[in-house]
Amino acid sequence: MAGEPAMSSYGRGLRDGLPFLLMVFPFGMLFGVVATEAGLTLTETVSFSVVVIAGAAQFTALQLMNENAPVIVALASALAVNLRMAMYSASLTPHLGATPLWQRALISYFLVDQTYAGSVLEFEKRPGMTTPEKVAYFFGLATPVCPPWYFATLLGAWLGAAIPTELGLDFAVPIAFLAMIAPMLRTPAHRVAAATAALLALGFAWLPYNFGLIVGGLGGMMAGAQAELFFEARRQG
Amino acid sequence: MIDTTTLWTVILGLGLGSFALRFVFLGFIGNRPLPDWLLRHLRYTAVAVLPALIAPLVLWPAANDGQPDPTRLIAAAVTFGVGYVTKNVIAAMIAGACVMVAGGYLLT
Repeated sequence: MAGEPAMSSYGRGLRDGLPFLLMVFPFGMLFGVVATEAGLTLTETVSFSVVVIAGAAQFTALQLMNENAPVIVALASALAVNLRMAMYSASLTPHLGATPLWQRALISYFLVDQTYAGSVLEFEKRPGMTTPEKVAYFFGLATPVCPPWYFATLLGAWLGAAIPTELGLDFAVPIAFLAMIAPMLRTPAHRVAAATAALLALGFAWLPYNFGLIVGGLGGMMAGAQAELFFEARRQG
Repeated sequence: MIDTTTLWTVILGLGLGSFALRFVFLGFIGNRPLPDWLLRHLRYTAVAVLPALIAPLVLWPAANDGQPDPTRLIAAAVTFGVGYVTKNVIAAMIAGACVMVAGGYLLT
């Protein structure tokens, strides 16, 4: 494991990232369709996906602009939806913080839900990975996620309203994340964190600008950390 | 119709802002060691943020006007169950997708 060349880590990341195509394509195409219907040109629609690469935030911003909300409201809401990215950034720092600045900048640009969740799953499963292997794995994952996101947006913008939006494809995203979370729940502390986060997010879903997500996320992290201390103390005591 | 200036302000502002959020820890902390208490919290980022992100989507899907939908609830439960027992991400995704497809045929 520890001695594997960087290339095979990239290959493993690529392979592990391929199933994400099933969620990236419908979601990206849907954005292309919705953006075109809102009156955006092909260039504008694709630029949106290339510059921002964050599905949920793009939909939020587009919807608010469509409702003639002020620029500042559209920006603030969409950025609030993306606040979780700062938590991802912090979470990956112990793994990838030792890489050169330009690599960290590139990793940051490609840091989305899928590349984050996939990397953490792998880094925890294989604690012996070196930093270059981790970087290679991350870019392996990003390959079938980020460029297809641009391409799916373009395709959606081209095909426009010809695509039926009633196929239940909206559920590709929750299914994919549930499939990734379940194997991560290895310890009681992980299970406490997940359950607390889900309950808090539901309880605070009424908060504006998606702040329920932030409450749930931070609450779950605190619950997990406390549970870890509790179970450790019990094991030793 | 969205005004072109508004649109590009939002695209560029959102792009810069999102990059800043993604870069803030990776870029500025880099290789400096983080305190234990912070690392202990960060270990649970993924298992906290992702459930918080999807719990409302599972229970109140927008495609069903925010009302709980039996097919989606069963698909979510099956996905989670298969993933938890087998620890196999792909098997869990396929199981959930099968429920969604089957539900689509049975209910329409």
